[in-house]
Amino acid sequence: MGDEAFIEVDGVEKVFDVRRRTGFLKRERRRVQAVDSISFRVARGEMVGYIGPNGAGKSTTIKMLTGILTPSGGRLRVAGIDPSRERTRLAHRIGVVFGQRTTLWWDLPLIDSYRLMHRMYRIPDARYRENLDRLVELLGLEDLLEVPVRQLSLGQRMRGDVAAALLHDPEVLYLDEPTIGLDVMSKARVRAFLRELNAERGTTVLLTTHDLQDIEQLCSRVMVIDHGRLVYDGALAGLHEVGESERMLVVDLERELPPIEAAPARVVKVEGPRQWLAFPASESAAALVARVAADHPLVDLSVREPDIEAVIARMLHSPAESAQVPREDVGRVIS
Amino acid sequence: MFEGLRAYRLIAGMWVRSSMTYRTSFVVTVVGNLLLTGMDFVGILLMFSQVDSLGGWSLPEVAFLYGLSVTAFGIADLVLGSMDVLGARMRDGSFDVLLVRPVPVLAQVGADRFALRRLGRITQGLAVLGWALSAVDVEWTAAKVLLVPVMVLSGAVIFGAVFVAGAAFQIVAQDAAEVQNAFTYGGTTLLQYPPTVFGKDLVRGVTFTLPLAFVNWVPAAHVLGRPYPVALPGWTTYASPLVAAVCCAAAGLAWRAGLRAYQSTGS
Repeated sequence: MGDEAFIEVDGVEKVFDVRRRTGFLKRERRRVQAVDSISFRVARGEMVGYIGPNGAGKSTTIKMLTGILTPSGGRLRVAGIDPSRERTRLAHRIGVVFGQRTTLWWDLPLIDSYRLMHRMYRIPDARYRENLDRLVELLGLEDLLEVPVRQLSLGQRMRGDVAAALLHDPEVLYLDEPTIGLDVMSKARVRAFLRELNAERGTTVLLTTHDLQDIEQLCSRVMVIDHGRLVYDGALAGLHEVGESERMLVVDLERELPPIEAAPARVVKVEGPRQWLAFPASESAAALVARVAADHPLVDLSVREPDIEAVIARMLHSPAESAQVPREDVGRVIS
Repeated sequence: MFEGLRAYRLIAGMWVRSSMTYRTSFVVTVVGNLLLTGMDFVGILLMFSQVDSLGGWSLPEVAFLYGLSVTAFGIADLVLGSMDVLGARMRDGSFDVLLVRPVPVLAQVGADRFALRRLGRITQGLAVLGWALSAVDVEWTAAKVLLVPVMVLSGAVIFGAVFVAGAAFQIVAQDAAEVQNAFTYGGTTLLQYPPTVFGKDLVRGVTFTLPLAFVNWVPAAHVLGRPYPVALPGWTTYASPLVAAVCCAAAGLAWRAGLRAYQSTGS
């Protein structure tokens, strides 16, 4: 670890020329600014969550960081290398996992993909065996090695992909939606593995996700991108504050009653004896429950955490957003 | 270049080993491939059961063209035959995966699904070529004998260049697999017939624009002592390797341009 910036992004832009057919031969050209002058630095050993609505520019950023796409402007360095100019040289030092597509050879047994990676990345034999054994054990792949990739379940394939991305000891691992579509067990397994990887090997991890739990359990830092602009960079807790997010208390009363009055919570929905109370995420749920229980006959209750989409949506649409003074220790809102 | 060949060998080797795990299935597909491509030639035989010559060329002479065209195409197809799936790779996004690996993309695309069953086409082409060589009425000189392997190899390189250029075009226009097939499969079919049966404009196009004529038509016309429908200087008889080299360079440039276009547009 250290302050050394491993990933440097300075005013990077990406503009796509999109051509759309508007008539039989007529085409309309439109410029789409997918990434609009974003800057950030990631230190070696950091684990950073990169989130935002669909089409915000997350994948485009990852593609520029891996050299798949060339930025339209700005400066980009990963491990001191300009990704699009020296894509193959950089490839030895990075690992990439695309959640929605595999880097494995679809028709070959899993182990064949690994053997091929071994030769392709010129991994020294001893190193390869050591890494493979470790990854197979940690990711539970023993019984899957001889199975053709197309026969693996999504969770199994994802673990197989994570292992493939790490055989050559990359210094940074990019994960694009690594838990999308996985069941609870598979998600837990992938997350546990990533935590261990980061702690033991000091691998820098940058992940995009829709799952707030990925961020909560893995990342000390989160960056939010919207419409190609970086709108937040800091701790997850700070994001809740900036986004003024609300939690939801759901109570089942003994009978139908008029809406409960318990400011700052407000009733947002009543359905027979069940009521939904929204309250600021920063307030204690226990205190609220105590107040409600004091003068209402409670049968059951549950507290729901805000999801990431809602947090971001609130943050982006809150008119107070720019008026708020961000606290340095929590994070910064970039506008 | 070396890195590319090494990667090609690695990936192709993997596919060969994996296809060899089912030996019976492998043998069946090779034989099937052989029979299927052989049907083309049966078509030509049927034609000659009705006529004595085609555009003034006899059956052994047409078989000579056929053997050269099919063998050259077969070699290119063996080495680069998977390039027509590039468009599909662009659409489903799996092309990105190739770009994050530390080896040249062209080698990865070319070696993908490398299949020895494609040897079927080459075997069949060589068989017809062998028969044609024994049956044509030619006074063989050393130069003419040498021209035969030169034609096959240069032809394979020319077809290979068309595969690569087509793949580059698919990066830009993602639904262009059929355009590529028109030039590769279409080209080899065209070259199985004597140039004299086609219109002069087509022959000129195939000679000067997309120089497929140098796969077999131009040198074969000389070997067989047949006039070529378009006037060409004498040295062009031996120009096939040169044409192949120029095609390679052009295809290489096209491929680079395609890759650059992808890197700046994305999907």
